[in-house]
Amino acid sequence: MTKHVVAAAADVPPGERLKVDVAGTPVAIFNLDGEFFGLMDRCPHMGGSLCEGRLIGLVESEGPGRYKYSRGGEIVRCPWHGWEFDIRTGKSRFDPSRWKTRAYAFDVAKGEELVEQAYEAETVDVSVEDEYIVVDI
Amino acid sequence: MPAVAPGAIDCDLHPAVPNVKALLPYFDDHWRDMIVQRGVHELDSISYPNNAPMTARPDWKPETGKAGVDLDRLRAEALDGFQTSLAICNCLYGVQLLYTEDMAYAYARAVNDWMAAEWLDKEPRLRASIVIPPQNPEYAAAEIDRLAGDKRFVQVLMLVMDEMPLGRRRYWPIYKAAERHGLPIGIHAGSAYRHPTTPVGWPSYHAEDSAAQAQAFQTTLSSLMTEGVFAEFPELKVVLLESGFAWLPSHMWRLGKFWRGLRMEIPWVDRHPMEIAKEHVRLTINPRDVPPSAEAVERLMNHFESDEMLLFSTDYPHWQFDGDDALPDGISPALAQKICQDNPLATYPRLKETVS
Amino acid sequence: MNVKTETRTPTSADPSVKLAIADCDIHPSPKSVEKEIYPYLEERWRKHNDIYGLILRQPYQSGPAYPKGQPDAARRDAYVPGGGRPGSDVKYMGTHHLDEHNVQLGVLNPLRSGQGLQNVDFAAAYCRAVNDWQISHWTSQDARLKGSVCLPYEDAALSVEEIERRAGDPNFVQAFMLIRTSEPMGQRRYWPIYDALAAANMPLAVHAFGFGGTPSTSSGWPSYYIEDMVAHAQSAQSMVMSLVMEGVFERAPGLKVVVVEAGFAWLPPLAWRLDRIWEKNRAELPHVKRPPSEYIRDHIWLTTQPFEEPDRRSHLKDTMEWIGWDKLLFATDYPHWDFDDPARLPLPKVDKATRENFFLGNALDLYGLR
Repeated sequence: MTKHVVAAAADVPPGERLKVDVAGTPVAIFNLDGEFFGLMDRCPHMGGSLCEGRLIGLVESEGPGRYKYSRGGEIVRCPWHGWEFDIRTGKSRFDPSRWKTRAYAFDVAKGEELVEQAYEAETVDVSVEDEYIVVDI
Repeated sequence: MPAVAPGAIDCDLHPAVPNVKALLPYFDDHWRDMIVQRGVHELDSISYPNNAPMTARPDWKPETGKAGVDLDRLRAEALDGFQTSLAICNCLYGVQLLYTEDMAYAYARAVNDWMAAEWLDKEPRLRASIVIPPQNPEYAAAEIDRLAGDKRFVQVLMLVMDEMPLGRRRYWPIYKAAERHGLPIGIHAGSAYRHPTTPVGWPSYHAEDSAAQAQAFQTTLSSLMTEGVFAEFPELKVVLLESGFAWLPSHMWRLGKFWRGLRMEIPWVDRHPMEIAKEHVRLTINPRDVPPSAEAVERLMNHFESDEMLLFSTDYPHWQFDGDDALPDGISPALAQKICQDNPLATYPRLKETVS
Repeated sequence: MNVKTETRTPTSADPSVKLAIADCDIHPSPKSVEKEIYPYLEERWRKHNDIYGLILRQPYQSGPAYPKGQPDAARRDAYVPGGGRPGSDVKYMGTHHLDEHNVQLGVLNPLRSGQGLQNVDFAAAYCRAVNDWQISHWTSQDARLKGSVCLPYEDAALSVEEIERRAGDPNFVQAFMLIRTSEPMGQRRYWPIYDALAAANMPLAVHAFGFGGTPSTSSGWPSYYIEDMVAHAQSAQSMVMSLVMEGVFERAPGLKVVVVEAGFAWLPPLAWRLDRIWEKNRAELPHVKRPPSEYIRDHIWLTTQPFEEPDRRSHLKDTMEWIGWDKLLFATDYPHWDFDDPARLPLPKVDKATRENFFLGNALDLYGLR
């Protein structure tokens, strides 16, 4: 397993997202309240870029006419056909067990710790003062 | 051509009200007087012009008068003719088409009492659907409650085209009552003619009215599913009567495709419409809008991914096939057996009860 | 929103996307009606639009009574950099879509074109302006693009004028109507249109939507946007039925009709049903001399977006065989959401020639562009 540095933490403020490459795979990074989550940036339906999609909350229901809303901004809709994906898990809303996109677990590492370790950083310059989004692959 | 299994259950036949005089004994004094005084005509829907070819098969049509009015002929032609063990009567007298809800309610009660006395009492193989006035869903629910105790009534009858799409909440008192009594909702071809018969306007020809029923069934299923009728009434079953069935798989593909992207609009729909249909929707086998080759019929049957959805029917006395050619080529004997007996019994639990 | 692309993501997953393709349903929009459409409108109609706007047989001044699933019903990534609604810039369309997917022929179907306006004279003027705009802003700017002659179809005489104005103009490959007309399209008020199209050897595209004023189901107006979208298939079926059962194809045997953006899997069951009912009702239909399925086979084409998605590709293959692979025209509906990517389409396996025709050849043949 190698630690990949994919972006500087400051590049993805809360509520924002960034499209990066992780070992050759396009990945969308989302910042939910300071936590970083990644989804393979290809919708399992027809390959649309999830990073280009709108964020909504989770809309559930206990029956017709009854709406239960939670987790604002944590669901991304593919811009092509509107499929909803849970940013935290990569699972679709309509059929979580069968339809999902790969989810990446990101950590934040301090630059000063990183420089002591081995890592890959294809496009990111690591400096000891800053924080970085990293993933082990 | 696959044979109809002896003992099949015919899920759609049409005893006809010969004329309003036959119904008069079943009204109360007030309505009887009004009907006579106002000269209320026969409630014969334009869906079935009396002399149009598909309204009555030539060998099922009497010399004079309507087809389907004579019990002896129905016994010989429909029951004995197909060796059916049980048959469900769906009376198509145009009660649903009246604008005055109180009058419609009176007619519904009269038709149901007439059906019980003139048909069910006289022929033990017959069962019937409860005719209701959709003009007032509370009246309709009351009529269901009134008759549900008579186990020979096995279904609630509606027409596929009404004031609003049938999934809308306005109609839910009907579904609530039906579910409470374990009665399927039978949605039959036909219209209350509140709207043009196609979504692009009034057609010119009776043939188009007939053909357009299929589109009406499609949008009706869209409505029932997106409105969450099966979420709200999880025990409810819906039977599409005289609807055709070849269109069903492709319609479910389309509805399901859009649901995957628009789930948030209707979050109470938690599975693919095809899964809902397999559990809650049944369709009668005649008329059958199937491809001309047996090989293609076999492929079409695979598209259903279920052998439980189709129910045998003759649609007597409507003209949908000749002779005893009631089942399409391309259906396996095993599937024919399910269509003729297993599926109807599973859909209408009351059929299993002996009625003395 | 802050989206940065660090690396270029290859979208092509299928080698055949390197083939040139036709896209038979692209939706251009003006960046500004005042700058782009007004030059083609008389002063009288510019003033009219400023005061009254485009009034259709539908409730709101702008926006539908069934709000859509995404704003503008458009892909988020189709907004033009530097400003501009999706599909409003010919250069951006050229790179973002035509280059990207190797589109050799892109058929333009303008949707907000004045068709179906309550004011029929305004409709005719606006359609004419939109047709002029298609030439000036699109087809003269990119040779891959071809226009559709928008017709003010609720007035047949004015439509015939527009057809005759554009007949033979290589900027256009077809005429254009919307499915939900005020009466079923086969009825005689529209016959002069079909006569003129047949005389001009111009195919007719009929696209989903339209506000003829009839509820979108024969049992009244549904509640939800999803129902409204799905119901285009039922409207299309009724439209095809009307053309066949009114004898339009007997009257105009040269007429070719393309059903656009209404799906396609519904066509075989419709054809089987019409055949059966026609057989029983010959007495009512002496003007329908052949089985409906034959007219459908000879006269109806369909674009493939929104693509059909059964669980099993073999079921889709059955359906496409029953329709006839040569009757299907690939389309993306760019820039709308609901976009079908040619590289990613779950197409059943067929031989190379059939596949190439599906993506390009059928359109070239239909539009006489081989």
